[in-house]
Amino acid sequence: MQFAIAVFSAPEQASNRRALRFAEAVLAEGHAISRLFFYQAGVHSASSQQVTAQDELDLPRAWHEFVTQHQLDAVVCIAAALRRGQLNQAEAERYNRDGYSVQTPWELSGLGQLHDAAQSADRLICFGGP
Amino acid sequence: MSKSLLLVSRHAPCSGSTPRELLDIALAGGAFDLPISLLFLDDGVFQLFTPNFAALEQKNLSANLQALPMFGVEQLYVAERCLRDRGLDSTKAQPAVQCLDDAAISALYASHDLVITL
Repeated sequence: MQFAIAVFSAPEQASNRRALRFAEAVLAEGHAISRLFFYQAGVHSASSQQVTAQDELDLPRAWHEFVTQHQLDAVVCIAAALRRGQLNQAEAERYNRDGYSVQTPWELSGLGQLHDAAQSADRLICFGGP
Repeated sequence: MSKSLLLVSRHAPCSGSTPRELLDIALAGGAFDLPISLLFLDDGVFQLFTPNFAALEQKNLSANLQALPMFGVEQLYVAERCLRDRGLDSTKAQPAVQCLDDAAISALYASHDLVITL
């Protein structure tokens, strides 16, 4: 089965961790993930600049490793990301910002990618809230 | 055929970016001619009663709400119970929405392929 997974909550929310564990379980059970889409505070999952205490789960790093290892299509909503200071190099140059925090394998794109994923997958699973 | 999408908006207009970001999903989907319905639930019903956005130092949400029909999003619903609990009158809602009781809301969920709640 093809899953589209949408993440609306920040890495410090438990629902963000549940989204990652669900995504891992999807692949472990032999299903596929057609796209991960990060929206609202979920865009912070793509940040390479978040610093997590050593004895805590580093979710941005865990997401990065998961996406890289399985070569997943991981899209971050560009409008939501800009609003929250998560820029890639191209956007940092466009808006004259000193640094950027979103790199490969993450792609910044529009909400059309959420609709496209929801339409083409067998299931859309959303993770938000606490 | 496209899958139908039910968007459920549960947050007050003064709650931050969530109501606007939910509407952005609706407008983006409308631009792709997707069949989209929008349900206002819980404190989301306050979005229909044009709060004083200037006092909140927020961009006016009403313009986005009024734009929905132009983007083909015409199925707008509100939970009757949530209006009643908050002492709000459905006839004063802007834009006009269809008022649904609990059974009709269950049917609305069941009749859509996809649901996104923000």
